[in-house]
Amino acid sequence: MYPIVRKEVLADQIVLMDIKAPMVARKCLPGQFIIAKTDEIGERIPLTICDYDREAETVTIVVQTIGAGTKRMMDLNEGDELMDFVGPLGCASELCEEKNLEETKQKKILFVAGGLGIAPVYPQVKWLHEHGVEVDVIMGCRNKDLLFYIDEMKAVAKNVYVATDDGSYGFHGNGCAQLQALYDEGVRYDQCVAIGPMIMMKFTALLTKKLEIPTIVSMNPIMVDGTGMCGACRLMVGGEVKFACVDGPEFDGHLVDFDQAMARQQQYKTAEGRAKLAYEEGDTHHGGCGHCGGDE
Amino acid sequence: MDVLKRVPVREQEPQVRAKNFEEVCYGYNEEEAVAEAERCLNCKNALCMQGCPVSINIPAFIQEVKNRNFEEAYQIISQSSALPAVCGRVCPQESQCEGKCIRGFKGEPVSIGKLERFVADWARENGIKPKKAEKMNGHKVAVIGSGPAGLTCAGDLAKLGYEVTIFEALHAAGGVLVYGIPEFRLPKDKVVAAEVENVKALGVKIETNVVIGKSITIDELIEEEGFEAVFIGSGAGLPKFMGIPGEQANGVFSANEYLTRNNLMKAFQEGYETPISRGNKVVVVGGGNVAMDAARTALRLGAETHIVYRRSEAELPARVEEVHHAKEEGVIFDLLQNPTEILVDENGWVKGIKIIKMELGEPDASGRRRPVEVPGSEYEIECDTVIMSLGTSPNPLISSTTEGLDINKWKCIVAEEATGATSKEGVYAGGDAVTGAATVILAMGAGKAAAAGIHEYLSNK
Repeated sequence: MYPIVRKEVLADQIVLMDIKAPMVARKCLPGQFIIAKTDEIGERIPLTICDYDREAETVTIVVQTIGAGTKRMMDLNEGDELMDFVGPLGCASELCEEKNLEETKQKKILFVAGGLGIAPVYPQVKWLHEHGVEVDVIMGCRNKDLLFYIDEMKAVAKNVYVATDDGSYGFHGNGCAQLQALYDEGVRYDQCVAIGPMIMMKFTALLTKKLEIPTIVSMNPIMVDGTGMCGACRLMVGGEVKFACVDGPEFDGHLVDFDQAMARQQQYKTAEGRAKLAYEEGDTHHGGCGHCGGDE
Repeated sequence: MDVLKRVPVREQEPQVRAKNFEEVCYGYNEEEAVAEAERCLNCKNALCMQGCPVSINIPAFIQEVKNRNFEEAYQIISQSSALPAVCGRVCPQESQCEGKCIRGFKGEPVSIGKLERFVADWARENGIKPKKAEKMNGHKVAVIGSGPAGLTCAGDLAKLGYEVTIFEALHAAGGVLVYGIPEFRLPKDKVVAAEVENVKALGVKIETNVVIGKSITIDELIEEEGFEAVFIGSGAGLPKFMGIPGEQANGVFSANEYLTRNNLMKAFQEGYETPISRGNKVVVVGGGNVAMDAARTALRLGAETHIVYRRSEAELPARVEEVHHAKEEGVIFDLLQNPTEILVDENGWVKGIKIIKMELGEPDASGRRRPVEVPGSEYEIECDTVIMSLGTSPNPLISSTTEGLDINKWKCIVAEEATGATSKEGVYAGGDAVTGAATVILAMGAGKAAAAGIHEYLSNK
């Protein structure tokens, strides 16, 4: 069993949890993910690692309500336990590997975080900061109520640009519009990392292709085992079948077939299910979960 | 009674079982088992034993059944096998022990598998456990994977007094016995969990949720955790696909995914959260045991189910019993046919499959006649689900994170057959991780060989 040692509500329907998981905390690196299962009847839910503390032996995850499974996980409190918690899974971000550090230091890097993608971007930016690499971050959200981690991000990034679709905080527009605006001002980058809902990664990658900025994206398809056994997470990258759980989750954003990946995320959702979610969650949820249809 | 004929085994009626996940075969009761045991000739030079990958002393245990010493029969089997209730159900006995039975020259071979199952079930129902080592020898061995290879290797080493820890990546122990083989062939709580408990009763520790190569590496197990030898029984890996158009559409699954959702995650059972696509018309591509399992699962979930296989019935790699059961239950076999394209609707979902007819040509390297397309014979059938059951390719997690562990051109781990020894000292391997996808009992045989190999290595160290 894996105790929840801290729980914090970050925004409406978004919760942060520190989970005591010594084996995962000892090994994990930015870019990797874990699979958590609440209890006997629960699904195996893949979640990107958002932070870790090797001494406290904890791993931080951020959960957003996307259905019954995540809702039940989010309703747990400090002192409760998750039945299963396995990882770290997937490959670490190439930018956050010691062996690539000299090369990384030469680059001007921009992170574009969309919605819940803020959470997995944070440990990468933090790791780079701790290793002497200062990067810029665009944090994009639908509105200010969904924003979190602004101060934390500012503490580890060089420049943080916050963009909201409705203009309720920072730049009025989405992350792509913010990137275009920076480009128009003459700001140039050698590398972009975009993490968020698939639709946001798709449009960011389209823009960076035009701007000729190499772009890494972190794919979050449907998974079951997460260890390279079931093939549920397959996606096409540059015309080849890849498995997000062992080959990824990070891929070259200019090679990923996003339209197909987004269609695959809808697999287990019925029209009624989507309607129910839209009713229960209203405006708070805007895709990326692969379950609600918000990506369409 | 006709001694040339086996005592028939009772089964659920096909029309009834096609709608439930209860076990198909009820197995023998005491009277039936004793009657069947009477048929054994107790051969001096028992050919059946040569056919058994784990060399169970078959005539000896059958004699004990004949004399109603069921507990003694169980202890004889458990000297050689850690998983008799599993093997009695899923071993391909017709090509192993029973295939060599002298009774089979004239008449039907003794139902060795059903007798093994009876003995194991009797022992479980009567609370009999395998015997634990009298004293520990102080050596620590790590076993990676709690499938048939790992459980067997761990069980054998524990009986020799080793302190064994099994590391399992999933949340439940059993490997393919839990995620792959369906409930109606191998009940999970009643049989698999009980066999796992028996291995634990020998003193084996099982740690779930540990992915070797990610959570911890083999080198760390040896250098930091004090394990003196490691057995890799991590199983097969990523599912293969055909590479035809439409394969990424919604409604196309690997058999591994489909079965894992249903078996490990219990999607068929009310109350469990993992979803499964039930489908109205399901096409399963492939002809092995896994294809039969997937098809019979789809059928039970309510779909009209077809098996599409490119060779003829004689070449089906699945066990005859599985094919027979599938047919009885209503699975439709479309043989000598091969998909060329999956048809996709405007929302990205499967709407049909394009199939070409095949005929058998000259034998290929495997000795089987090679299927050749019949020109102009393509046709389309409507379906909403396609399950690809084409085998797997090895998982890279361990081979890519272990210094000095050789793999072959198919990326399987290279291991000596007799001892399981790999290119890395103290590291042994067996089962699907070495051979590619094969059977439960072959994996158990490899686990057994490796346990002996490890024992010899550590005894001489």
